Amino acid sequence: MQPFTIHTGLAAAMLQDNLNTDLIIPKQFLKTIHRRGLGRHLFHDLRYQEDGSEDPAFVLNREPGRSASILLAGANFGCGSSREHAPWALLDFGIRAVLAPSFADIFANNAVKNGILPAVVTPEAVAALAVHVGELEVDLAAQRIRAGAAEYPFRTDPWARGILLEGLDEIEQTLRGIAGVEAFEQRREAEAPWL
Amino acid sequence: MSARTLYDKLWDSHVVEQREDGAALLYIDRHLVHEVTSPQAFEGLALAGRPVRRPQAALAVVDHNVSTRDRRAGIKDPTSRLQVETLEQNCQEPAFRVPYIPLLDPRQGIVHIIGPEQGFTLPGATIVCGDSHTSTHGAFGALAFGIGTSEVEHVLATQTLVQKRARNFRIRCEGELPKGVGAKDLILHIIGRIGTAGGTGCALEFAGSAVRAMSMEARMTLCNMAIEAGARTGLVAPDEVTFAYLKGRPMAPAGALWDRAVAAWRGLASDPDAGFDRELVIEVEGLEPQVTWGTNPEAVAPITGRAPRLLDASGPEAAAALEQALAYMGLAQGQVLQGLPVDVVFIGSCTNGRIEDLREAAGVLKGRRVAPGVKALVVPGSGLVKAQAEAEGLDAVFLAAGCEWREPGCSMCLGMNDDQLQPYERCASTSNRNFEGRQGRLGRTHLVSPAMAAAAAVRGCLTDVREFL
Repeated sequence: MQPFTIHTGLAAAMLQDNLNTDLIIPKQFLKTIHRRGLGRHLFHDLRYQEDGSEDPAFVLNREPGRSASILLAGANFGCGSSREHAPWALLDFGIRAVLAPSFADIFANNAVKNGILPAVVTPEAVAALAVHVGELEVDLAAQRIRAGAAEYPFRTDPWARGILLEGLDEIEQTLRGIAGVEAFEQRREAEAPWL
Repeated sequence: MSARTLYDKLWDSHVVEQREDGAALLYIDRHLVHEVTSPQAFEGLALAGRPVRRPQAALAVVDHNVSTRDRRAGIKDPTSRLQVETLEQNCQEPAFRVPYIPLLDPRQGIVHIIGPEQGFTLPGATIVCGDSHTSTHGAFGALAFGIGTSEVEHVLATQTLVQKRARNFRIRCEGELPKGVGAKDLILHIIGRIGTAGGTGCALEFAGSAVRAMSMEARMTLCNMAIEAGARTGLVAPDEVTFAYLKGRPMAPAGALWDRAVAAWRGLASDPDAGFDRELVIEVEGLEPQVTWGTNPEAVAPITGRAPRLLDASGPEAAAALEQALAYMGLAQGQVLQGLPVDVVFIGSCTNGRIEDLREAAGVLKGRRVAPGVKALVVPGSGLVKAQAEAEGLDAVFLAAGCEWREPGCSMCLGMNDDQLQPYERCASTSNRNFEGRQGRLGRTHLVSPAMAAAAAVRGCLTDVREFL
């Protein structure tokens, strides 16, 4: 996984609350057996018209949204289905950070595991960032967003920060401590042999 | 030791290692696997040369993509078929060897229906699945939550997950549910009260006399939709109802082990003086049948109610969101919900595809006919539910009423197979999500109970099921 330290890029704003994972990547694209290639289906129903052509009014179909690597969003971003296809689609489109007042728990986990930063920002900061013209700089170690001369703090979970900053392979890390798991299993077998 | 909640006890008994950053390595006892969220996890294992650590702790089945029509005809859509075949192959890989229930097996069904049915779901266990409705299994007093595909891979490789402890949120439901009002109405009402993010970061424990009086099926409906309030986990303390449901199930303990297990399970309930971070008390006596009017599950009202008006919105942003939801749903502001014509009725899903749900719907449909022009789909949650329904003659009731009686699967809950709404079709659905496009592009979903869905089928419109009782 690619570590996340400081990311500089353009932002697209989709500020409505409750943008759910069905909207981020609709069901028909969950049939893939691969992680890559979902970027063109990101926000499919909002992005494409019924004849399959792009809706020119949609934010990701015009600049700077088309080149965005940062998404500004409303509260409870990523609610609903646990589909990891949502962060896969965001990443494949080029999104490395989502800045929102709050996130659904499963989405935030899934994002982190794919090197996408879910940064919790106040609604006021999201609104201010949405009207900023030009690139944003997202500094994870400092937990600051720089927009020209302005700066905004953000929050992340300490566990998520650790994974993102180092680009950790969590499975590898867990397997290194597998002796602890084995000891747990032995204890468990004695206490609850039906499990 | 100080007083602990049910969630605290489940959590504490599964911590392998507490970490400094607040996260813990949690042991996972049970892992349900399905075709949509597992292929990339198995691929990851194969690429890294990692085996499945404890295959017998997993159980795999196909549900999301499967056709609900003639099973022997196979799956027509090549991408759906590939996904189903991929799961089958992965389960047979020598390094994986995950127990798998094939499509033509009589036990096949929706993951969250078959886990409890097989006794794979047990109190006191940690249960995960790459599906947000894994909260269903919390009805047994298990710590159950939905995970993403990277976490599926982590569980397959290590039998653990790195997790953060949730906050304790108890919802006490007191009193007796009125006739015609059930668990689905109660959970929709709760989501309406606390909102789609009201339970974020929390484990919701459902307690109180109304919950204790519920069957396991009803408790599962309640916990199933905890995620629609933002909570990954729903919980009900195990009791005699739980034990009676599980006893004799194929994968449940038996003999002396059963007695030992039950003795342990009795100790799981929250201690009387345990502290909760948040508590909500709901008096259920005055509750009415519920129906959603909008595009997320908190947009709910009693069937006697109306869609909101823009001037009732809390601010300009809320008004804009409301306007968009009403436009999508084809509703005027303040519109009366009763009498709204429906095109499709869907009875099924992991929320309401169990035998009790089918009995409830059949009770309304018996001796009645589906209104002309309405398509009514009844999709049992599993092959065993289907067989039980047929043994009770429920299939004959549905067929005589003019419903379609289908094979088990997720079906129109999310429309990954052929069962989808056409644009602008309005559906009374017993499923769990009324998001834009969920049941089909531009389809309009109203979430209701099985009884309410059956009543809508008969009248051809949203209607108050209490008029049928």
